[in-house]
Parts: sequence; structure tokens; C-alpha cells
Amino acid sequence: MTEHAPSPPPLRRTLILGRIEPGSDEERALREIWEAPPGWRGWLSTVDHKSIGLRYLVTAFLFLIAGGIEALIMRVQLARPDAHVLTPEQYNQLFTMHGVTMIFLYALPVLSGFSNYLWPLVLGARDMAFPRLNALSYWIFLFAGLFLYASFPFGEAPNAGWFNYAPLSGLTYNTGPNIDVYALGMVLLGISTTVGSMNFVVTFLRMRAPGMSVDRVPVLVWGTLTASGGNLLAVPSVSLAFFLLWLDRRIGTHFFDVMNGGRALLWQHLFWIFAHPWVYAVVLPAMGIVSDALPVFCRRPLVGYLPVAMSTVATMTVGFVVWIHHMFATGIPALALSFFGAASMVIAIPSAVATFAWIATIWTGRPVFRVPFLYFAGFVFLFVIGGLSGVLTAAVPLDWQLTDTYFVVAHLHYVLLGINVFPVIGGIYFWFPKFTGRMMSERIGRVGFWILFVGFNVAFFPMHIAGLLGMPRRIYTYAPDMGWNTVNMITSVGAFVFALGVLVFLVDFVYSVRRGPAAGDNPWDAPTLEWSTSSPPPPYNFAVSPRIASRHPLWEERLSGRMRSQLTVGYVLNRGREALGTSALDGDPDVILKMPEDSYAPFWLGVASLVFFTGLALTAWWLAGVGLLGCAGAIVVWLWPRRELGQRDDSPDDDAPKSNNTRSPRAGATS
Amino acid sequence: MNNDAANRTPSRENLHGGGRVAVLALALLLTASPAVTHADAPLNYFLHAAGPAATPTMRLGWALAALVTVVALIVVVLLIGAIARRRSGAERDERHVHAEGGGMHWVWIGTAISSVALFAALAYVLVTLESVASPGREPTLTIAVTAYDWWWKIDYAGEPAVTTANEIHIPVGEPVKIQLKSADVIHAFWVPLLAGKTQTIPGVINEQWIQADRAGVYRGQCTQFCGAQHAHMAFEVIAEPRAQFDAWYASQAKPYAPVSAAVDVRAGAELFNERCAGCHAIRGTDANGAQAPDLTHLNTRRLIAAGTLPNTAQNQLDWIQHAQRIKPDSLMPSIALSATDAAALTAYLRTLQ
Repeated sequence: MTEHAPSPPPLRRTLILGRIEPGSDEERALREIWEAPPGWRGWLSTVDHKSIGLRYLVTAFLFLIAGGIEALIMRVQLARPDAHVLTPEQYNQLFTMHGVTMIFLYALPVLSGFSNYLWPLVLGARDMAFPRLNALSYWIFLFAGLFLYASFPFGEAPNAGWFNYAPLSGLTYNTGPNIDVYALGMVLLGISTTVGSMNFVVTFLRMRAPGMSVDRVPVLVWGTLTASGGNLLAVPSVSLAFFLLWLDRRIGTHFFDVMNGGRALLWQHLFWIFAHPWVYAVVLPAMGIVSDALPVFCRRPLVGYLPVAMSTVATMTVGFVVWIHHMFATGIPALALSFFGAASMVIAIPSAVATFAWIATIWTGRPVFRVPFLYFAGFVFLFVIGGLSGVLTAAVPLDWQLTDTYFVVAHLHYVLLGINVFPVIGGIYFWFPKFTGRMMSERIGRVGFWILFVGFNVAFFPMHIAGLLGMPRRIYTYAPDMGWNTVNMITSVGAFVFALGVLVFLVDFVYSVRRGPAAGDNPWDAPTLEWSTSSPPPPYNFAVSPRIASRHPLWEERLSGRMRSQLTVGYVLNRGREALGTSALDGDPDVILKMPEDSYAPFWLGVASLVFFTGLALTAWWLAGVGLLGCAGAIVVWLWPRRELGQRDDSPDDDAPKSNNTRSPRAGATS
Repeated sequence: MNNDAANRTPSRENLHGGGRVAVLALALLLTASPAVTHADAPLNYFLHAAGPAATPTMRLGWALAALVTVVALIVVVLLIGAIARRRSGAERDERHVHAEGGGMHWVWIGTAISSVALFAALAYVLVTLESVASPGREPTLTIAVTAYDWWWKIDYAGEPAVTTANEIHIPVGEPVKIQLKSADVIHAFWVPLLAGKTQTIPGVINEQWIQADRAGVYRGQCTQFCGAQHAHMAFEVIAEPRAQFDAWYASQAKPYAPVSAAVDVRAGAELFNERCAGCHAIRGTDANGAQAPDLTHLNTRRLIAAGTLPNTAQNQLDWIQHAQRIKPDSLMPSIALSATDAAALTAYLRTLQ
């Protein structure tokens, strides 16, 4: 700052502590400020994290159903030897799309759904740090998902596996549009993941309620934060890999082309440098769901919050140096492999920390056998099996036998369904009352759980045995004399039982959305901030910014004998869409953030991106150009300066009452 | 928590009973499987190993399987115990919330014990890795294996050289070096009873070693997804005593010897040169295609179509006429033959001894 220029009014405003009663004029004004317009305009333009979170959840679940149907068709083909239900090409497209769908279009997006919905609520914030980016990340996720499925109806879906190894995925061996769709779709999806991850990281650093120091956030926040940090480092690798592959295919470069000096193995490195951290990205937030919600049903706080949070971060950190364990069989020298094998086994230690923390929480608590508890307890069981089979695959010489057999298929399904799907369904039962204001059925929920749990183990446990019997992955059929007939039949039956369980869950979900009994604000007597809002929460989340003094604000009185957190009296922020930015570690009030209005720009930027990538896929350069111009236009609209987001405060400071509790943060705008 | 009290009793029984059933089912599956495997699972590396590159790994597999089974059982018992444990009356107040402290000894003790077990396992893993990574002595034989979509070319670099397909012969009790190449995409070479798998990567020559301590037929299989017919890309390793191996080698080294001058054999040879020789070779004749298996000594092999069919005259003819039905999208076309042509071709193929 220079001394010579006449100084502008200071960027300061005094925060006022106050109370906004439900139903008061102030409350109605606040609601009006934050509510999205009705009808399709609101639907396309809303930047409310709650709407976006629910859209993520529903969209991801639709993809889960699509991927599940693909799996069932494959299980029909594999139920008996030498079956002819599918041609090899159909089978290859199905298993590829099954993997792509479950891993990219279900597993992370569904967790993004939870986190988008829950983060501002558990952090005591008005919204995510960048609401419009949040909307953009959803639209691009949706469009990338549709893009990846666009060639499916024409029988030209991606068909080289989700891992998509070059040169099988190169133009020489794969001439159709299949792989172009996959490559470009993944680059597009990478944009969604990246902006979403940035949003989580910044939200964590800046949007926590006053007093919510980093050791007072729920474990879900640690899980999603860790996943997001991991994604920011890992996604560039896969986006690059797919972009290089597309260049090889359509522009004539030779990155993976051995005949012209390229390297086939480069693909595997770039892919797994991304894909292994990704594995943790799709389980750590789900483990966070369990760490937060299981204790509610044990009537006590989680045992070992700090070690569990630390082990979350440790898992991801070590997870960045284990990608080679997907490549033990590529001919890398044994000495190098031994390091990566050791690192892979070490990951079991943070997993052990979490496992014993969950068991100790149940042991020292008082279990309440509601449906979410069943899912979380079942999760612990499946987590242990999936984790232990992972120890076997980390053992280098043993992995030379296990890798690319059904043992790995069993392992990864225990990990991805056990650690993702079970906590997710448990989490939906848990937060459904907050999402909708209604309860799901306890009776149907219990039936559904047991069908899912039994079906899951009947379907996937025998896959371990198929793997030990030498059944390779990704084969469209097998001969009857290999000893694999019985295990495959059992697996196929189990798969349909599991599918029935999903159906029961969906029936309960759909029924309860309309007919479930009213839930009340806090039906589980849970301790975290989201349960202090109404069910469903108002558009502004919290009428005033709460001030937090512990990890369990709603249990504080019972845990420490005294309520220290302030939930009803807090900082009043009601001059337009405003949120409080706090300091990174301690959560001290720091800045008033002018939050953006609803906007069509994210939607149109998403559409324009889709047009651009469609142009590339069709090698219709003019169309790509149109898409690029559209992107530029949408970004200009997005960034256009707005007076109402102005950073000057024209109300005189002197009017505001001063007290020890008031602070004078700076004001700033957010996107 | 309105219906909490009502729900507690029945559901506890549910979980308890269900957990027990699940554990029982898993145990049954585990114990039932060896019975299945022993009889007829040729790739069962968990219970069978036939050489020093595979046996230590099999033992490691048993040790780790035992370890993880014990750990899983302990954790499940703790989990069920934690759920079903009897609580004192004071704890039953619904509004009551336990204090945050306590229970940490679970985390420390559990993690400490797990870590000790893990590092012990790691030590055993590294010792095993050391022993299977390379043979104790110089290999006596080097075989180049080139993976193709969807079959295996086998080259012995001896003097004279031998080329065959989908069937590797090795002498019993000797370490054999395998050089792995790929002609197209990435495949993986795997003979589970003899060793773990190694990818064949275009532009790279990978190496591994195998050794069979017992004479026998060991099935191998491509395990890296390589396209349409990945499922039908098998092969066999035949281990035989040194003398027998040498005899086999000598016979394979010979070019095609016309054993018959019958009319249909000559017609068949002509047909072969016209229709098949673009891809297939028969050493000693004009047929010298290099895109498909060398058929010089076709009838000495046990299987055809990369381990897919037993090598009988009928299956050979079926394969020629219906390759696209047997292995859809494979590079072998289905060839329409008149009855006369079929008979002639069969007669000729019968002479490939």
C-alpha cells in the first residue's frame, strides 16, 4: 500500500453478534436471499450445495444401477462354462463399462454427493467456498458420464478395460471410436474432479465455523479433504495419459507407439500413479462416514479421533508410493519391487488403527441396532476381509500368482463395495432424515441389509477361490474342465441376491421419500452441527454463524457438563449472500465472503465443454471451435464484475455495537 | 430414538445369528474348495507347485492365508463380542452419552500386534522373493516365447533352432530361462504350477525362469487382457526326462518329411499352400507364413487353437471350417471347404508328424 494516493474506505466491517428467530422477518429475508428461483430456472442455475449434493447422490446411484445391470449380464454369461449369452466383444465392452461406471461415475461422485451436501452443514458454513465451481463440477460430471455412455447404444463402447493398457487401446488394435470416447470422456471428467477437489480443499481451509479448529472437524471432512488433496496430485497424471493416448490415436504422435520409439509401459505408470491414490480417494471419505456415524449408534464419541484422522492422511500419503504393486508382473527388477511391496504392506497399519478404533467404539459404547448401525458393523467385517486379502496381494512373489486372477476381483470388490457401498447405503439411511425430513423404514431397511450382506458374501467370497484355482480376470468364458464351474455358479447366484438387496433398498428409498414418517431435526440424537438445523435444512443452512467449542456441539452438555458452543447466538451475516471466512488452523473469523448469486454460467460452461469434447471425438474441428468459443463466452459471463459482489462497505462502522466478541474482518468476494 | 428399546432385542439376535451363519458359510467354502480343486483344476497354484520357482511361493501363500484367516477370525470375534457384550444397567439410559476418553488401549495394542505380525510377514515375503526371483544355478536352456493375438510362438535358439507353438517342452529338474516378447499388445505368460506370471510387452524383452521337478503337463494361460480372445490363449509346458526331451527336440528340428505321395495328400498340400501358407509355415515346403503357428510338426502337439481343443483330426477340420465360431474375432478365418477339399486337407495335415 502506498501512502500517496487518497486512501479508499477501509475494507472493514464490524461483525454483529445476534439471534435470528425462525419465522421472524429477518429469517424470511434471509431465506429469500438464499433460495433458488422456482422451476427449471432454479434447477439450472442453483449453486446451493444441498441441491448439488443430492444431484450427485442420485446421479451416481443411477450410474451404480447401470453398472450393476452390466455386472448381472456378465454373471449370466459366466454362470456356466462355454456359454454364448454374449459375444467376446460384447463381454469386453460390458466389463469395461462396468469398471468405468463403478469406479469413475459411481464411487467418487457418490462420496462427492455426501460431502457436498454435508460439508457446509457439519462445518457450520453457508455454502462451499466456490458455489459456482461446485455447480460446474456437477454439470461436467453429468456430461462426462453421458459422454462416456454415448457410444454404448451403437455397440462401440470402450472395450479395452478400465485400465485401458496401450497398445491394445492404440489405433492399431482398436480402430473404432470406442477408445476415443473413453480417452476424451476421462479428460472431461478430470475437470470435474479437479474443480471439485479444489473446492473441498479451500472450503476446509476457509469455511469452518468460528472456533472449529482443525481438530474439531468430523472425520468425513478429513476423509474428503485427503481424497481431494490426493486427486489434485493424481488426476493430472491420468488426464495427461488419456490426452497423450488421444494424440497418438488422432493426431499421429507416438507416445505409446513402440514401432516409433514410444513406450508401452509408460501408460501403466501414468495410469497407476493416478489409479492407486484414486482407490484411496473412493474409500477414505466412506471410512469417514463410518467414523462419524457409527459412534452415534454406540452412544459415545469415536475412540481415537486423532489417530483415525492421522491414519486417513497417512494412508493417502503412503498410497502415492505404491502404484507399482499393480505392475509387479511387468518385469521390474525384484529389488525395486521389494520396496513397493513393503510400502504396500505398511498401508495395513493405518487401516489397523481405524479398525481397532471402530471396534473399541462399539465395545466401550452401547450399540443401538438401527439400520445404519447394521451397515456400519457389516462394513467393519468386509473392510477386514478386503484389507487382509490386500496384504496377500502386496506380497510380491505371491502377487505374481494372484495378480490378474479372480482373487484380485474378489479383493477389489470387498474393498469397493465393502468400504464404499455399505457405508454409502448406511449413510443414506443415516442422513435421509436430514435430506428429506422423513425417516426410511426400519423394517424394510433391516431386510434389505441382510439380503445385501448375505448376497455380497455369496457373490464375492467364492471369487477368492476362483482366483486360487487360477481363473484369470476378464475372460468372457471358460472351459468346463478347469474346476471353476461351481464357484462361478455360486457367484452368479450371489450377484442376483445382492441385486435383490439393492432393489429392496431402492423401494424403501422411493417409498420413504413420499410416505416416510416425519423425522424431526435430530432423530438419531447425533452430536454434529448438521443435526442442529431443521430437516431438511433451510436454504441458508444457519441463520447466524454458530461458534464451536468442541467436536460434538450437540452432546457438549452431556459430555462436559456445560454447553460452550453457541448455536443460536452468532455472527449475523444478512446483507445479501454472505458467509464467514475463517483462519486455516484455528477457525478464527477473518473475512466476510460475498457469495455469488445463482448463475447459469456453470451450466453453459459445462454444455460448451461437452460440445468441445464432442467435436474432438468426432474430429469435427469446427464443432470443437464452437465449443471453445462457448467456453470462453461462459467464462466471461462468469467472471463479469458485479456491483452486488462489491467489496466496499458503505454503512458507517460507528453504528455497529462494539463488544469483546465482535471482530472486524476484511471483506472479499468468492466465486 | 423412539423405537430404540423395542428394536434392540430382536436385532441383536439377528446380527448375532447372521454373523455366525456368515462365518460358518465362509469356513465351509474354504474347506470345501480343496476337494474341488484337487481333482480337476489344472491352474490351482494354491495347493500345487512343481518346481523351485513356485513351491516357496505356494508355502508363502499358505502362511499368509493362515495368518490372515487367524487375524480375520480374531477381529470378527472381537466385533461380535463388542456388539453382543452385556452392558450394565446404568448404561441403558437413552440420553446417556459415554465420555470421549477410554478405549485407546484397543487402538495401541491392536495396532502394535498387527504391525509385528505384518513385519514378520514382510520378512518372510522378502526371503521368498529372493528365492524365487532367480534360479540357484545357470539355466541350461533358453526359450524365447513371443505372444501373439491369441497364441504363443515358441523359439528354441539351439543348434539347430526349433520353432513351435503353444507347447513348450522342457527337461525335468533343470532351470529354464524364458525370454518374453510380444508381437502386438501386452500379454502375460503364466504357468502357475511352475512360476508366477510376467507380462510380455512390445518393445521390451522380459525374462523369467521355470523349472519342473516332476515330469508332467503343466497348463499355462495368458492373464493380461489382450482383446477379443483373451479367454482362449492357453498353452502347455511339457516336462520330460532329459533323454526324452532331447529326442523330442531332434524330431522337432527336422523339416517336413513327405511320408506319403497319395493323391489326396498332394492335393491337400496344394490347397494348404494356396489357402493357408500366407500365415502358416511348414518348414521344408513352400509354406513360410510367419503370422500364425508353425505347423511343421502339428500332430505332435496335444492341443490346437492355443489350448482350446484336443488335437484330433476332426477338431483340426472343425477349427479350419469354424474358427470364427470357436474363437470369434480371432485372426484365423472360418474357411469354407468342399467335402473333397476337406478330405484332402485332412490327409495332408495327417502327415505333419
